[in-house]
Amino acid sequence: MSGTVYVEGLAFWSGRLPGWNVARAVLRGEEEAPATPVKRPSPAVLAPTERRRAPDTVAIALEVAAAACASARREPRELPSVFASTHGDLAISDYMCSTLAATPTMISPIRFHNSVHNAAAGYWTIGTGCTAAYTAVSAFEHTFGMALIDAIAQATADDTPVLVVAYDIEAQGPLATVVESRTAMGFALVVAPRSSERARFALDWSVVETPPRAPSHTTAAATPTPVADPLAATLLPGSPLAAALPLFRALATGARTPSLHTAGTRVALRLAPTPLATHRDEVSECTTVTT
Amino acid sequence: MPHAPIPSLRVSAYTATSSVGVGRAALLDALRTRRTGLTWNDFGPEPLPTWIGRVAGLEDAALPEEFAPWECRNNRLAWLALNADGFHEAALAARDRYGAARVALVLGTSTSSIGASEEAYRRLEPAGTYPPDLRRPIVHTPHSLGDFVQAALGLTGPSMTVATACSSSAKAFAQAERLIRTGLADAAIVGGVDTLCGSVLFGFNSLELVSPEPCRPFDVARRGISLGEAGGFALLERTDGDGPWLLGYGESSDAHHMSSPHPDGLGARLAIEAALARGSVAADTVDYVNLHGTASQRNDEVEAKVIAALFPAETAASSTKGWTGHTLGAAGIVEAVIALLAIDTGVVPGTMNLSDRDPACGPQIRADNEQRTVRHALSNSFGFGGNNCTLLFGAGHA
Repeated sequence: MSGTVYVEGLAFWSGRLPGWNVARAVLRGEEEAPATPVKRPSPAVLAPTERRRAPDTVAIALEVAAAACASARREPRELPSVFASTHGDLAISDYMCSTLAATPTMISPIRFHNSVHNAAAGYWTIGTGCTAAYTAVSAFEHTFGMALIDAIAQATADDTPVLVVAYDIEAQGPLATVVESRTAMGFALVVAPRSSERARFALDWSVVETPPRAPSHTTAAATPTPVADPLAATLLPGSPLAAALPLFRALATGARTPSLHTAGTRVALRLAPTPLATHRDEVSECTTVTT
Repeated sequence: MPHAPIPSLRVSAYTATSSVGVGRAALLDALRTRRTGLTWNDFGPEPLPTWIGRVAGLEDAALPEEFAPWECRNNRLAWLALNADGFHEAALAARDRYGAARVALVLGTSTSSIGASEEAYRRLEPAGTYPPDLRRPIVHTPHSLGDFVQAALGLTGPSMTVATACSSSAKAFAQAERLIRTGLADAAIVGGVDTLCGSVLFGFNSLELVSPEPCRPFDVARRGISLGEAGGFALLERTDGDGPWLLGYGESSDAHHMSSPHPDGLGARLAIEAALARGSVAADTVDYVNLHGTASQRNDEVEAKVIAALFPAETAASSTKGWTGHTLGAAGIVEAVIALLAIDTGVVPGTMNLSDRDPACGPQIRADNEQRTVRHALSNSFGFGGNNCTLLFGAGHA
């Protein structure tokens, strides 16, 4: 099974690669990554009062979602979306479990409604006035591959551009002793079923069978599948989404290097981007505001 | 955005397990005899004064030894539900017919196995680490459910867990349909599982949404929701054969508030209209609508207005939360199964505990059961984060 979608917009954020322009330069080998991580982003999609109290997952997801839409020159409210996170908001999970163990009737109602896996997508659609469909998914070590498959299916089946957003944050508290997630990061893509002047890359995709592989959690506890990118271990250590880095490296360098992203125990999504002639070299950065 | 008609998918097997019992026969019997699954809350160390829909016997229903890494309450319920109504065998037959990588798995849950993480925090070792029996990463992450069912069925293809709160297992149908239509799968197993846990009981309590009495959907004196747990599955195939059929679905976002519906039901209306458009079905041929009907003040008022505006008086609409409680991420599949049973048996449930109707209710909303021919049935599922999904099923298809 194979096809082609078109990447219209893209965005990236981590503490040491804050924004696609930085990430792109680092992945091209033109710059060193900043040694000191920046603080979390403060997305303009949220009202000023919400920016400060938004969970980290929401701040990161909305930052990259807005940047990808800006880079695609698409109105956010017109795009259906797929939000993906391996573990959801691990800080809120830690809060919920700690509070339930100590004083369950003291659970904060806001933290509770922010604990749902679709909180970031909810804030995104509220902030942008988007009434289109969104989903929120997770697939453990296959989260990135499955999120892309879900977005490709929606773009292709319903003939619509789709925003796909993936994010994870650091595990906290006792959860951190079993959940491997040590780098907060997020990225987003706008993928379209048809080529247009907006298209920056043609993305050939195919779902391929891979040798059988036991789920990572049944072989070695808390050890994710190694990522085939030289910078993953230093720039995105312990990130469950680092598996996406080879794709972003190809998008940064323009190399037509295919990347393989697992989507199940015996299937993987193979992605091969080709830069298009209309590819704009400069990417519009999102509008982060300071709080 | 217009929604083009989609090819129908055959629902070749389906099942649900909830507090009213294991499998379809128990559910149908409960609906027919108006037997509720709600009982006084006895869940957890400090039970809140409320009613719950608790599945009996999960405490003693350990997973088979080969699935020990996935052991937790939510996966126990998944296993119990999977083995009802011959669904497990139907799923394995589909796997063998199409190939293990060609049957997609799309399952919904709201909290997955967070109950296992809650337990670990209650039983922390002195060093602040998990007790040894709970040091299993897969039960402390949302995909616990999808990963377990994939292993249990020996599937190897695309598998994801959808977590859009209370619309999760309805969304699973929509996402699976697109995987099949794109050719990424030949068939799909959809559904979802959610179990009672501290997070949802105390969480909904913090929002003052939990009722001190069995929930009374659409009643003017309703006092909130009754939480429940449930699991269910459906097998979707492109092949011809006997129905029922998935004819359409609609998905929308309220773009309004994280935990309160749009006051005019904008998202609900968009979801229903999209489902009808995808199925090329007119509203006046819908015989039954299974409502989200949580018995929260806001949901029921808004949903009643939307139903009154969109459907003729002849359409029967009801909430079945009085039987099962609000099973959150499993509500989509449980109520899809109730809609499918209405098509297959003509049993159209009314609304339990509804005596004094909210003035927003139109004539569509029924308190009493009916026996009638159901050509088309809808099921509404709305979730936190303004996420709405409506499923459309039919006895036949074009």
